[in-house]
Amino acid sequence: MPCYWWRDHGTWCSVLPAFCQPVSDAVKVRMDEGALLECEANPEVLTSDTMDQFRTFQMCERLLHSPTKLGSQLLYQIPAQNQIILIERYYEFDSVFAREVLGKKLSKGTKKDLDDISCKTGITLKSCRRQFDNFKRVFKVVEELKGPLVENIQRHFLLSDTLARDYAAIVFFANSRFETGKRKLQYLSFQDFAFCAGQLISYWTIGAMDSMMEDMDVDLEKEFLNELKDLKVLVNDKDMMDQHKILVCAALRGKIKVYKLMEVNFKNLSRALINLASKLTHTKDVRDLFIDLVEKFIEPCRYDRWTVAEITLFLTHYTNAAHCLGTFRHQMIWDRYMGVIKSCILQMYHE
Amino acid sequence: MPGKLKAKIVAGRHLPVMDRASDLTDAFVEVKFGNTTFKTDVYPKSLNPQWNSEWFKFEVDDEDLQDEPLQITVLDHDTYSANDAIGKVYIDIDPLLSSEAATVISGWFPIYDTIHGIRGEINVLVKVDLFNDLNRFRQSSCGVKFFCTTSIPRCYRAALVHGFVEELVVNEDPEYQWIDRIRTPRASNEARQRLISLMSGELQRKIGLKVLEMGGNAVVGYLQCFDLEGESGLVVRAIGTACTLDKLIPGTASNTITHTNTHPNTAPASNACNSPSKEIKESPLAHGCRSSHNSPVHSACSSQRLSHSQNFSVSVPTLVFTGMGSGISVGKEAGPLKTLLRQQAQSALEQREFPFFTLTCFPPGFLVHIGGVVSARSVKLLDRIHNPDEPETRDAWWEEIRQEIKSHAKALGCHAVVGYSESTTICEEVCILSASGTAAMLNPRFMREGLCVYSRFDDASPPSCGFCHIPYDEFNMPFPAQLTYCYHCRRQKVPDVLFTTIDLPAEAAVTGKGCLIQARLCRTKKKAQGEVNATAISNLLPFMEYELHTQLMNKLKLRCMNALFGLRIQISVGENMLLGLASATGVYLSALPAPGGIQIAGKTPSDLSYDQHISTMQKRINDTIVMNKELYNIHPPECIEEVVGSPIPDRQRSRLFRSTSESSDELSELDLSHGKKDAFVLEIDDTDAVEDIQSLLTDAPIPAGFYSCNTEVMPGIYNWTSGLQMFTSVRVYRLNNANLTNQGLNKIFTDLCENLLKSLYFKLRSMIPCCLCHLNFTVAVPEEELIQVRRHTPKNTSPILSIFPRNILLVHMRVYVSPVSSVDYGSFADRCSTWLELLRLKAHTIRRGSVKTISSSERCSPLPEVRSRSLRSTRSLPCGAPVTVVKMTPLSFLPRTRIVKYLGIINMFFIRETTSLREEGGVSGFLHSFIAEVFAMVRAHVAALGGNAVVSYSMKECVFMENPNKNQAQCLINVSGDAVIFVRESDQEAIPPLITSGQTSTTGADGTT
Repeated sequence: MPCYWWRDHGTWCSVLPAFCQPVSDAVKVRMDEGALLECEANPEVLTSDTMDQFRTFQMCERLLHSPTKLGSQLLYQIPAQNQIILIERYYEFDSVFAREVLGKKLSKGTKKDLDDISCKTGITLKSCRRQFDNFKRVFKVVEELKGPLVENIQRHFLLSDTLARDYAAIVFFANSRFETGKRKLQYLSFQDFAFCAGQLISYWTIGAMDSMMEDMDVDLEKEFLNELKDLKVLVNDKDMMDQHKILVCAALRGKIKVYKLMEVNFKNLSRALINLASKLTHTKDVRDLFIDLVEKFIEPCRYDRWTVAEITLFLTHYTNAAHCLGTFRHQMIWDRYMGVIKSCILQMYHE
Repeated sequence: MPGKLKAKIVAGRHLPVMDRASDLTDAFVEVKFGNTTFKTDVYPKSLNPQWNSEWFKFEVDDEDLQDEPLQITVLDHDTYSANDAIGKVYIDIDPLLSSEAATVISGWFPIYDTIHGIRGEINVLVKVDLFNDLNRFRQSSCGVKFFCTTSIPRCYRAALVHGFVEELVVNEDPEYQWIDRIRTPRASNEARQRLISLMSGELQRKIGLKVLEMGGNAVVGYLQCFDLEGESGLVVRAIGTACTLDKLIPGTASNTITHTNTHPNTAPASNACNSPSKEIKESPLAHGCRSSHNSPVHSACSSQRLSHSQNFSVSVPTLVFTGMGSGISVGKEAGPLKTLLRQQAQSALEQREFPFFTLTCFPPGFLVHIGGVVSARSVKLLDRIHNPDEPETRDAWWEEIRQEIKSHAKALGCHAVVGYSESTTICEEVCILSASGTAAMLNPRFMREGLCVYSRFDDASPPSCGFCHIPYDEFNMPFPAQLTYCYHCRRQKVPDVLFTTIDLPAEAAVTGKGCLIQARLCRTKKKAQGEVNATAISNLLPFMEYELHTQLMNKLKLRCMNALFGLRIQISVGENMLLGLASATGVYLSALPAPGGIQIAGKTPSDLSYDQHISTMQKRINDTIVMNKELYNIHPPECIEEVVGSPIPDRQRSRLFRSTSESSDELSELDLSHGKKDAFVLEIDDTDAVEDIQSLLTDAPIPAGFYSCNTEVMPGIYNWTSGLQMFTSVRVYRLNNANLTNQGLNKIFTDLCENLLKSLYFKLRSMIPCCLCHLNFTVAVPEEELIQVRRHTPKNTSPILSIFPRNILLVHMRVYVSPVSSVDYGSFADRCSTWLELLRLKAHTIRRGSVKTISSSERCSPLPEVRSRSLRSTRSLPCGAPVTVVKMTPLSFLPRTRIVKYLGIINMFFIRETTSLREEGGVSGFLHSFIAEVFAMVRAHVAALGGNAVVSYSMKECVFMENPNKNQAQCLINVSGDAVIFVRESDQEAIPPLITSGQTSTTGADGTT
């Protein structure tokens, strides 16, 4: 999604990209767009006008680094609505870029790699730097704050709800350093990950369960991750596993085309999901959450040509069937785990 | 002990980090008034300190209250070394001294440092308890109100207009004192800022005293200037018009309807002038240094007086721009009324030393007749001011000039000069003093008690044309002119062209629309010193004035117009060049005869190709005139000619002349399509004339949808919206040495001005239709190779048209460096909103392809509703209490709003210096941010007074100096204006239905975005 600051009379002129190139280039772009045809302009006028825009932007950029100051500063008289637009435009980012940075440490080291990212994505280096600096700035501010992540971001950066949620995802990924760079994960977009992050933030953090808790939203709830070990009973207890399979098969028979394959693979699939859960106490395995989901669950299903609808049905019945197991007592944990896993898988299950 | 000043320091915010170790600041505040200083406690380790101090009380004379500013210094406490200054705030407490203005100053002020710029903000509360002082010999003049506005302020009624007040104070410039060698630039800048603040205060107080003496209670059209004379000192001078103003009670507070309904004309109050009238009978032609525009040779014979040693002075020949052509009319009607009127006006005015008025807009009926523009210039050599308390030399200089103006006015048969202003330009030790105004006859009843029942005069000259009628005696004309009977009333004589420095009177009948007309001129001169230099300059001046005038006249004709308003001629002197810039608004006055066309005459008609060349030129000119007629919508009703006879004056030498009606009869074969009898003839016999024609034709046309003028309102446009924006723009041009010829310079200068206008049009292209009003250009050549130009423009929008205020700045030229650098500044906030408006407009145009409206800054935002709807928490707008929006405009009013209160004059002076010019973005970046800071400080002061706008805003001075080799630059800015509270008309009254529909439609468009 490109970011626009101002636009020309006729066509939109993407300003952030514009400000991310030398004045001469920007002038050239505007000339090509036909700016000279308007109002008897000549190249000199156009250059001065462009430089003027650049200067104005530069002066204004400092304030945008702490949006809350923008409202109380006296230097520029900007109507409140326009302030919001300015901030929003400045903090907007390209999801292609965000996808590259996702899960990486927002450090100097990563910043050095921006040239590569710039080459790869075709986004100008200056623009990459701005976006990276925005990520880092937001991260630094909200990292140590208590309370809901999205709200913190909104309070300090006055971003819109959607944008704040995207930033929350970036902060969350940067904090937990989820693995996103593996080749097998390349097919996933920023929006996929942002959705998953939203799920994790909403259901697996401390703030998620108890909104009164004045705790951080950035980390997953340790206690919950520990309790996930209890789910192992679903694969370790052979009776329970068989019964689980029978219940799921009964529910799905005739409803999915891949029924046969499912029946054969049920134990593998179930084991994959349960093992995943039980491993999450280790930070390393938390980081590998997405790659594990892809390798252990999504790829086998894709190999067997499951459709999304079939996966949906399967996961729904797989989750529900566990409730009917008389001996299974970890219903709460199960739902909390499977709810997130299910929506993540569904989001991630595409080409 | 007549006053108690109380100040309270509340809090600070956004302070800079002063302690690198902790990234925090231990701030405290010093509050100083006069010689008394108070300190707050140190608020440790915070960038947002909450001092919440006690009330600091200063018991002072009201004289000091008027002179001194309250000085607030924010410092960082340092245990081991000296405390570091963060910055300062100077608060002028004058507005608190008038009972009608503000009662408290309270708000956030930017903390300003002359090296670092704005560094955070401080919240201050200031109050004054004033005890009445009935001492007759007091030195203070508390309570006299000052207005920059050059018309009677909107919520007042002029009971009496007393007349001209002037004063000047001089001092040594701190920058040139010996101590400056050892103190820091910061200390020196602060000393200068403080001194000028003190001097302005003193000046205002002294003028106030004069007003009280005259029996007035206010100064309108207050114009303060300062001359940086370098070694020889610092002069702060001011002129204004003393008035007795009565406050009008707003019509809505209907308890005093009687007052509101009183016509301004009919209620004179106290008596101002009681000295006996003098008899004058002076020959209008007595003065030598005056000539009509078309014979510059005459003007050369001037009263040059070269005295030796330091007291060098040259009074420069000046021109009386009456704007008339040639031909003397023989009138039958030597109005007895006129004589009577004259006598009365004389008795009212002649007792005044200088019957000058700085006003440019007048109450109805005030202005009876206009003579024409009068101006005077004088070249002086500066010498050190030996005794600052007795600034006699400077006083004497101005006195001389004013006398000259006065005699010019008399020569035009006028007793008064309106739209009067004074200015100087200094280059090293040479100083040119200039004064100009419009000779006029005024209605005496405003000046004197008991003269209010001459209603006959009103009958004699209908308001829509009366002011055009000649004030002078047609049998004894001060210059050759062609008179006709007024095309409006057909009873009185009018000249064929009228030049004035005032705004177009509201009641004037105008055909079509007006437009900005500019004449630009560069003249090189040799470098010289002292008297030689001064003589060279004074020899050049009359030729420059003549050429400027010729250009104006030609351009006026080309646009088919017959009058200029708001004429302002600026001559700037540099070391090796002189610059002249004349701006005015051309209009077609219905009362005046239609202007003739322009004819080109070749000198050697035998040559065939030459003839062809001429005829193509002629055709182009004719085409342009026809085109302009369409453009400005000038379609005057056909009138039967009744020229009253016109002997052809002897003007064989003149290469540019007007043919008279008789001569045009002979030249009937050259009948022009635009068909007026008397055409302006340009004779091509030298390169000069070719150049003239070139420049005439190369004037870039205004892009469609734009209108521009340098007066307050655009003649012929009445549908203003309240969408008003102001822009200031500065341009610096570095000049290559090779171009230093007259022609080369002229070209560069013209291009600069054109480009300045073009870039305005370009920036505002999405606002079409829109009008740039009050375009104000200023040129300067600061050092040997520099030229500066500055201009102001207001702009404003209407459903169909839009017009904004805009403020524009300098052009700079510098030899050696070839790349062009430019600063183009739009008051940032406004600029910012402009971009966003562009965003919005896009939306408009997408949704309704043909919405022709203009979005204005106050319209509701098109911020996507999706966003606000989806917010989980109530999302506060950026931080806390919103900053009060303060509008700034060079206009004296805000369209479609009503000013309910004047809070006092804003007169601020700032210096900014940098030793890291390149790092701050070069000249452009430096000036850009400095001007933004000045605007911020002006707005903060207005907001602290409780106001929401500055009207009649102007940037009086903008002096820029740079030393690129040392990476240094310094800039001085002086701004002034009137702080006001306005309310939208729509808040109170119903808007006329037509406009309402216009508004709702635009709002509707907004809603859909």
